[in-house]
Amino acid sequence: MLITRRVEFSASHVCHSPGLDERENRALYGESANPHGHGHNFAVEVSLEGRPDPVTGMVFDLKRMKEVLHREVVGPMDHRFLNYEVPPFDRVVPTPENLAIEIWKRVAPHLNSPAARLHSVRVYETEDLWVEYFGEEP
Amino acid sequence: MIRLTRRYRFSASHRLDSPQLSEAQNREIYGQCNNPRGHGHDYLLEVGVRGPVDQRSGRVADVAALDGLVGSEAIRPFDHRNLNQDVAEFASTVPTAENLALEIERRLRAKWGAVFPGEWPRLERIRIRETKRNAIELP
Repeated sequence: MLITRRVEFSASHVCHSPGLDERENRALYGESANPHGHGHNFAVEVSLEGRPDPVTGMVFDLKRMKEVLHREVVGPMDHRFLNYEVPPFDRVVPTPENLAIEIWKRVAPHLNSPAARLHSVRVYETEDLWVEYFGEEP
Repeated sequence: MIRLTRRYRFSASHRLDSPQLSEAQNREIYGQCNNPRGHGHDYLLEVGVRGPVDQRSGRVADVAALDGLVGSEAIRPFDHRNLNQDVAEFASTVPTAENLALEIERRLRAKWGAVFPGEWPRLERIRIRETKRNAIELP
């Protein structure tokens, strides 16, 4: 079964790739390429897959998930300008896709247990746009 | 691989009434949804695409292109319309949320290659929420 914990953070970003010229950036990212940035109330849902422990009845300790998500994601990213204040987004475009991959990298080492493994990271940029990352393909 | 989902809205009216059933059977099967003058919903449509993240753009899909495709094929033809009377396919097919999902999938697949000519992104998932209490999903 899947166990999911959600956290939210508010941050600003600019979607602008140095590998593309101005016209391409504008065409691809639209208003998200505005040079001074803009912000979102991001939401992150992290799901672990596993079986409930026969003694505790839990797949994973939700308190621990909460601590990990706050330490690795909310603390460093909340009320920040991602491009300037949160590596690697000084060199990686902070699209929701890249955010999901980065959040996976940050939380995965802390969320594996004998009974559970990281299943997915879902990042909502708005209520109408979200991405899901399931880790590297085996 | 990343799955990106975009959510859209449209409002439309419909009546569930099958020409293959009698009047009594239609009333029995569809209940209130068989009301002769129809009724409407604020539909939510989720379109999920899958693909690898392009290294230069950091994206799996051009969201503006996706919006353009879904808008022209699946939102504008239905929004503020009577599905039975304004959409040719539903003159003979009952516009249930199930059939609406299949019709939207058919329309998006028909034009997909013109908008996304490469191997990726692929259309992966369609979900229609008819009300807060019912939804149809094509995985």
